[in-house]
Amino acid sequence: MSRQSQQQHRTPIRHIDNTVEVKSKFEAEYRRFGLKRNGFGGFQEFYHLLQNIHHIHGVEVLLEYADIHGDLLPINNDENFHKAVSSANPVLRIIITKKEGDSVVYTTNSLQRRRKGLGLTGLRPAGSGSIHSKNKSGLMIGPPQDFRQISSIIDVDILPESYRRVRLHKYGSKKPLGFYIRDGVSVRVTPQGVEKVPGVFISRLVRGGLAESTGLLAVNDEILEVNGIDLTGKSLDQVTDMMVANSHNLIVTVKPANQRNNVAPRGSKNSMGHSGSVGSGGSIGSALSHDSPSPASQSNPITASSSIAEGDSYEEDDDGDVILENDCLSPNKYYPVTNSNSSTLNRDSPHKGQHSAIPQSVSMPNSLGTSLSHSSTMMSHHNGGSTHSVSSSQESMKEDGNVITL
Amino acid sequence: MKRFRRHGTESQRDRLKQELFQFTKTVEHGFPHQPSALGYSSSLQLMAIGTRSGAIKLYGAPGVEFMGLHDENAAVTQVFFMPHQVELVTLLDDNSLHMWTLRSHKGLSELLEIGRFLLTGPPGCSGGELLLLGTEGGHVFIVEVPGFRELEEMNISLDQITSCVPDDYVGRRNLEHVEALQENPINSNQVAIGYGRGLMVIWDLNHRCAIRHIPATQQLESMWWTENGSCILSSHSDGSYCCWTLRTGDKKEEEEKSNIPYGHFPCKAINKIVQLPTAGGPPFLLFSGGMPRASYGDRHCITVIYSKTQVAFDFTSRIIDFFVIRDGPHHTEPSALVVLVEEELVVIDLQTEGWPVIQTPYLVPLHSSAITCSYHVSAIPLKLWERIIAAGVVQNTQYSKKLWPITGGQNLAPDPPQRDLLLTGHEDGTVRFWDASGVCLYPLYKLSTAAVFNADADLNDNMSQSAEGEWPPFRKVGCFDPYSDDPRLGIQKIHLCKYSGYLTVAGTAGQILMLELNDEAAEQTVEAKVVDLLQGQEGFRWKGHTQLDVREEPVLFPPGFQPFTVVQCQPPAVVTALNLHSEWKLVAFGTSHGFGVYDYLQKNTVLVKCTLNPSDQLAMEGPLSRVKSIKKSLRQSFRRIRRSRVSLRKHHISNTNKVIQEANARLEAELAEMELAPVQRKIEARSSDDSFTGLVRILCFADTFLSDSSHNTPSLWAGTNGGTVFAYILYIPPVEHRADEALTAQPAKEIQLMHRAPVVGIVVLDGHGAPLPEPLETAHDLARSPDLLGSHHVLVISEEQFKVFTLPKLSSKMKLKLTAVDGSRVRRVGVAWFGSSRTEDYGESGLVFLTNQGDVHVLSLPHIKMQIRYPCIRREDVSGIASCVFTKQGQGFYLMSPSEFERFSLSTRYLVEPRCLVEAPLPPVFSNQHQPKLEGASSALRYMLSPYFPFFLQEIQKSLEGDQT
Repeated sequence: MSRQSQQQHRTPIRHIDNTVEVKSKFEAEYRRFGLKRNGFGGFQEFYHLLQNIHHIHGVEVLLEYADIHGDLLPINNDENFHKAVSSANPVLRIIITKKEGDSVVYTTNSLQRRRKGLGLTGLRPAGSGSIHSKNKSGLMIGPPQDFRQISSIIDVDILPESYRRVRLHKYGSKKPLGFYIRDGVSVRVTPQGVEKVPGVFISRLVRGGLAESTGLLAVNDEILEVNGIDLTGKSLDQVTDMMVANSHNLIVTVKPANQRNNVAPRGSKNSMGHSGSVGSGGSIGSALSHDSPSPASQSNPITASSSIAEGDSYEEDDDGDVILENDCLSPNKYYPVTNSNSSTLNRDSPHKGQHSAIPQSVSMPNSLGTSLSHSSTMMSHHNGGSTHSVSSSQESMKEDGNVITL
Repeated sequence: MKRFRRHGTESQRDRLKQELFQFTKTVEHGFPHQPSALGYSSSLQLMAIGTRSGAIKLYGAPGVEFMGLHDENAAVTQVFFMPHQVELVTLLDDNSLHMWTLRSHKGLSELLEIGRFLLTGPPGCSGGELLLLGTEGGHVFIVEVPGFRELEEMNISLDQITSCVPDDYVGRRNLEHVEALQENPINSNQVAIGYGRGLMVIWDLNHRCAIRHIPATQQLESMWWTENGSCILSSHSDGSYCCWTLRTGDKKEEEEKSNIPYGHFPCKAINKIVQLPTAGGPPFLLFSGGMPRASYGDRHCITVIYSKTQVAFDFTSRIIDFFVIRDGPHHTEPSALVVLVEEELVVIDLQTEGWPVIQTPYLVPLHSSAITCSYHVSAIPLKLWERIIAAGVVQNTQYSKKLWPITGGQNLAPDPPQRDLLLTGHEDGTVRFWDASGVCLYPLYKLSTAAVFNADADLNDNMSQSAEGEWPPFRKVGCFDPYSDDPRLGIQKIHLCKYSGYLTVAGTAGQILMLELNDEAAEQTVEAKVVDLLQGQEGFRWKGHTQLDVREEPVLFPPGFQPFTVVQCQPPAVVTALNLHSEWKLVAFGTSHGFGVYDYLQKNTVLVKCTLNPSDQLAMEGPLSRVKSIKKSLRQSFRRIRRSRVSLRKHHISNTNKVIQEANARLEAELAEMELAPVQRKIEARSSDDSFTGLVRILCFADTFLSDSSHNTPSLWAGTNGGTVFAYILYIPPVEHRADEALTAQPAKEIQLMHRAPVVGIVVLDGHGAPLPEPLETAHDLARSPDLLGSHHVLVISEEQFKVFTLPKLSSKMKLKLTAVDGSRVRRVGVAWFGSSRTEDYGESGLVFLTNQGDVHVLSLPHIKMQIRYPCIRREDVSGIASCVFTKQGQGFYLMSPSEFERFSLSTRYLVEPRCLVEAPLPPVFSNQHQPKLEGASSALRYMLSPYFPFFLQEIQKSLEGDQT
């Protein structure tokens, strides 16, 4: 995790009015150069300039730029090129991608969504200078906005069949988690016989909430674990606080009140869920085909499961604290910005015009400060899709850190 | 990583933990909640107080105190010391009797319960080695103590009484309900039995017959047998008392006079009457109650009559009981009246002209006005200590000079190693300073902030002052006064700099007062400064209370802490965070709207920052918000309607059948309970739109590396309810230009914690991982200066997690999740130093915190590893948890009731607990031959201190039995 960013000495250049700072990125490489605001020609000229700078002659590429709202917009004609130059604020950030034939839909917040798709989210625009350093185009397997985590049943193969472990994945939706829990009495079979023990149950699902829409949880389901932690002996308030604390990635193990859906055929299993839960359908099916151990045969089936490890892999989830650095700002310039922006502190809302000092020509991808890159690394964990994509994006960023471009 | 950890280091650490940490609840300060019984032993000079929750507390000389708790959760209705013994008997309202003793163990006494006995009916009173128990049915049972063996042959049954009393009294009802039992002071074989209807019978225990009877006709409240045995005083429910002279030989007793002291109009009952002779003068007559019902029926009075002087002491709450302490060569002269009322203990000096009140060294009502906050300062420099005491002495001139009259036991506790102050802020705008160094929480000084403001209702103090010739001759005593004139005056936050004597207090209406200690009275104008925390945020309208009106004219302040500046936040919301840096002469304050820094030297604002979330409208409601209550009351009224309909219907149907009706009622009650408490919790992620996210929870000053790693600068840190931390670099001019050069604050960093839990603490750690010292601490050579070579870290404590960030880069270094793992949340947090109990020179800093589950934990610093965890407070006791404060030595205080602080310690080295010894009252005259009765018993008690206790207990029993048969 600890990325040793080389402390590169950078001398800030004076901001000259009629020169536009351009920072272009192709794969992992960055180029920085100046562009005369008025004296530059059209799109084709610019296209060739970029090909020259990046030494990618003969490669068909797409040009995109980030506008002030954080949207990723295409540059493919003179008109939008000029628009891009005029909107540079003060840096014009260009992203070059190989043409691969698939169309990219440009919508609002597409930059953000793209970032999210790559597991880079929550980054404050203050660090926008380093955004693209993480944005490894080589990673793009498919259109990122179609690839995301969904709420699903997990760990079917290791849980007794009467239990169900559900991951509620919010994925940036505005939907509330939407359920209530209550105290109740649960009947357990122990060596001493049937025993009544206090338990925690789902008491209500909010209409239109995440819990209801996934269809994976139901009223009167008994909650046994939260993110791998056994709830035995915990009060309702404790369980509530645990769930809220884990709400960004909530994994609950329940004993469904309705046990009839447990050993259902594959088809019905999938149809039971929300359409979004298809993604895990396969794994459920395969797990169900195995002979899952009966609950009676396992003494402590839950704690023995891998859910703790599962939780661990998400350990860094909420580490994505956003850190704003204002140290390179002169206070008089800062004030208007903070007053307007920090009051509307939405971590995805763009901050503009914060960096008046720009690194000269060539710089390290994350030369803007370790804390920024750090926070963005954290971010990558947060929304980094599956475990797979997390690790791979991490790796790619390690590469990032090592690339030195001259 | 775990598998690489070696076992050796683990166990070594465990051993170290044992040397460093230990959890003990040491002592309870303040006044017991809901006292219900009072007892006094003149031979031990110990006072006992029983409470409604079944606690029994013994107090002697300052520092001598014992505490016991009955297993039954029943109220203590009577406490009775065995004469000349170290034992006492308690009676609970579940009719159980309990025997307690003070047993010596390793040179210290401890209070132990040694026996119990369950009665079948409620008794009246008792005396001597025989315990007489009067019952509601009219019988008197005689029980031998210790051992609680019922002496059946001695019981006084109703039949025996009936046979001795003239027939006109024999009516069944006349002999019901033993109201009072009194032993003849000069002949312990004679007992007066007073029945509820007024009849009193004097019974001879030896001859087992009634000697005489006194035919009073009024409902009896209490009896008193005068010292010389010649008279019995009886007090009655109509507010009268009578004196009956017992003439030997005469069969008929003569009622000397029936006296209704506050007569003419109907009076309330006289609950207790006491008459005590003096050596060379008229006797003291004391009685409680007896006030005219219509005009003064609500007063709680004890009247003291001596010669021509009569005073009706008017108490602040219901009188539980009272007794008179007597001194002089034969312990006969009444010297002090001790009155236990529901909310305080008042002791009145009866030997000094004017009967002034003696200040109590313990049992002081902490809650004379409700406590709103508390603050602890350790190791006060002697100079400041003396000045505070001097300021307090000036305030306490009305008290008697007489020494505290209850002097039993020996305080063996060593002198406290340092001077500690506990400051409590109160609802009425006062701050009280308590000496918290030792076992007795002693009041030192009281500061009132109300004088700074124009109060709406200027107190008409002369109303309570007794006018000349008023009847009854009232005199107000006691300090319990829960009524606040203006809730806005309430103190919310306190910060005292012990080195400079600067104090800042902040209150409910956004007021922040800066005060300075001055030994002289001074008349000065308090400068007011309004700070707008909204900073031009549009669309908000404050719906709460208005700000306080600062007096513009000069005000005369008595010696002590005198305010010189008041900052008023706008909107005037409750101040939620406060910090003072006396070296930089800055005060930082925060409310639910933002925070600011004020320079009290130049008297201007250095920084104002609005933290308000634009979507948060609730933040604009004052503390008296009606939004929630309307919703709640609507819901409740709907329920009420529904329930009343249901019960109406049921009423019609089941009118005939009582059984069904009862069953239905039970069912309905159950239903109502379920309806009223739908134990259901919503699970929802916190969002940035939540209410009160902008509320500032913590402000902290630190000299650290915020901009780069080579230059340390003064900085301010602020944490909010929404999980945001703001850090500002402060520019403070050099000392020579401090007064004229401008100070600036420059925003440097901002952390938004992803989990958005409220930030409750910020601690900056130096290069050694130790917390930064307090301002001026190094300047006074009292602390090692912080390490500025190594890299600093900042520990951000949210309700859910602990996170360490590096400085100045703010990269996350370590964290500890609390809520996600065990569901508890951090409520209170403090940094403490723990010394090892084994070696003098080892110690380490730790982070102490209390969770909403009521557990205290210690975390190591700087590695934030969990060290220990102890259950401390019941988790239902929300106000107790909220009131907890930690000291710098690993102790803590929390309010176990509105009037009591429980003190606990997590440290092995620093403990403040009562260590005292109570010796048996008579000199040990033990020989192997038991002397008859009294001596035998008391000398045996002396031996109870020895390990052969059980054997000797049997011996006593045998000897007592021998005496009686």
